[in-house]
Amino acid sequence: MTQSQPIAASRSSYFSYFGFILLCFLSTASYADKDASSSNNIHIRSLAASCAACHGTNGNSRSITPVLAGLDAGYFATQMHAFKKGSRESTVMHHHATGINDEEISLLAEYFSQQKRATPFPLTPQTLREKP
Amino acid sequence: MSKRNQKTPAMFNRRRFIQAVGLGASSLLLPHQVLAMGKKHPLGHVVVIGGGYAGTTAAKYIRMWSAQNIAVTVIEQSPQFTSCPLSNLVLGGSKSINDLTFGYDAVQKNHGVNWVQDTVTAINPEAKKVTMKRGEISYDRLIIAPGVDLNYDTLPDLQSEAAQAQIPHAWKAGWQTVTLRKQLEAMPDGGVFLITIPMVPYRCPPGPYERICQVASYFKAHKPKSKIVVLDANPNIVSKRGLFSKVWQNEYKGIIDYKPDNAIVEIDVANKTVTTDFEKVKADVLNVIPPQRAGKPTQMADLLEPDYPWCEVDFLTYESKRVPNVHVIGDSVSAGLPKSAHMATSQARVCASAIVEVMHGRQPDQHPVFANTCYSFVDDERAMHVAKVYRYDPKKQVMVATEGGGLSAAPSAQEGKYANAWATNIWSDVLT
Ligand code: HEC
Repeated sequence: MTQSQPIAASRSSYFSYFGFILLCFLSTASYADKDASSSNNIHIRSLAASCAACHGTNGNSRSITPVLAGLDAGYFATQMHAFKKGSRESTVMHHHATGINDEEISLLAEYFSQQKRATPFPLTPQTLREKP
Repeated sequence: MSKRNQKTPAMFNRRRFIQAVGLGASSLLLPHQVLAMGKKHPLGHVVVIGGGYAGTTAAKYIRMWSAQNIAVTVIEQSPQFTSCPLSNLVLGGSKSINDLTFGYDAVQKNHGVNWVQDTVTAINPEAKKVTMKRGEISYDRLIIAPGVDLNYDTLPDLQSEAAQAQIPHAWKAGWQTVTLRKQLEAMPDGGVFLITIPMVPYRCPPGPYERICQVASYFKAHKPKSKIVVLDANPNIVSKRGLFSKVWQNEYKGIIDYKPDNAIVEIDVANKTVTTDFEKVKADVLNVIPPQRAGKPTQMADLLEPDYPWCEVDFLTYESKRVPNVHVIGDSVSAGLPKSAHMATSQARVCASAIVEVMHGRQPDQHPVFANTCYSFVDDERAMHVAKVYRYDPKKQVMVATEGGGLSAAPSAQEGKYANAWATNIWSDVLT
């Protein structure tokens, strides 16, 4: 039933379960080579979307985490570098900002500055239904 | 198969409808099932199995990023979404399961995602078809996001629903969470809560230790003579070790008896007694978290590795390395990445983006990067995190944690507030 394909050497991931691999992948690739603008840049779009867990879809937070949508790009980039250097105190952002390179920070700054501020769609909890 | 021949006219209609979706036609549609089929979907049809964090996110983002040019249908068994993150707080008593349960209507309406409440019974990757209890559906690409399959092979006496009503896993949030809370409430002061933790990998690495904190916090306030015995199959606390040890020592001293390297070997369901290689422990309330493997639908499609029960994928697209056009995201993916809700959504967006690009005939992102965070509550108020950014390593072809991630210095009330904010925003991102 299956058409087995060669399985690449990714088994190492299984053994790195504890996540303590501190291999620093020094990226020299340019993410913007094909398309300089952040709004069409699929690399930045996916990275920015992974911030949504804390900052809301497209940066429109509906809680105490800051709204990123529509932030001034200069302000955004300055904050990210400050988290990275440790000059702005943070509970968690230093652990995210350090993993993101300078080029990505500029593109993220541009990307979020272009997102419209919007009132997030309401979501209210429900009573758990009895099993049928 | 025999069931398929006993179809009623209604089922027949439903099947034809579903096949029609697969073909992109729009003539046989039932309005409540298909909100988005008003226009044609020239780029094809993606079927998603599983409406958890991973599956629902992938469905939403494929619709968003394809400007609704790809039809998406989610198949999910449950009528509601109940969050595993924060569900340990139900055991501690500071949250109700009804704070963590949501409907799927918003994500369907806002993004035009087709929704089928049904159970998958077979997958045929050659015919690109998924069979459910009540129908069948065809796809151009399939995403399988079923979460983990709780594996009771070594504990057959606990397999039945009746046994789990006595000894719940509560490792998928829902009625079992409520049952376990009720058992803790009914337990007399001076009783023993016994929890068993399986060998890694399992869903939510810090989850069992957070659960221990929650129960300890409840005991400390309401049942101070009670004890927690932890039988951990692992040689040590799996995640946030230093932080959890400190909290246990400083705040829950005398409550928690932690026994590493002590895997459950046998269980006596009627007497709530567990046997390991070293001892026999009797509990008043018993919580067995069983070993886990990739979810059932991945088994149906034969996606598991021969030597371990998880799915290998191409980390640029999350396409299975064993079967073409079938993608796997979330907890079923091979064990290198932590099985967390945030991770599931991060993988889902990379997968969604790649599918949108591939279906447009373009190349997906060759350098995916994403964030992962797991908050754990140590009582009703204070939380702590582990947070890392993961980056694709083109040589190893896996996602690797970048330097600079890490843990909270200590749990805090401020992080407790941010952990609740995380939940609010991730639920909104997934479900609206
Ligand atoms: C785990 C939750 C979490 C994630 C994930 C997260 N953030 Fe944050 N972010 C926060 C919190 C909390 C703050 C407030 C500072 C602090 O305590 O860390 C913040 C603050 C910020 C600020 C400062 C905003 C201002 O108004 O000053 C920026 C910019 C930011 N985050 C960007 C990002 C980006 C970009 C990502 C994704 C790559 C991201 N964050 C992912 C939780 C998160």
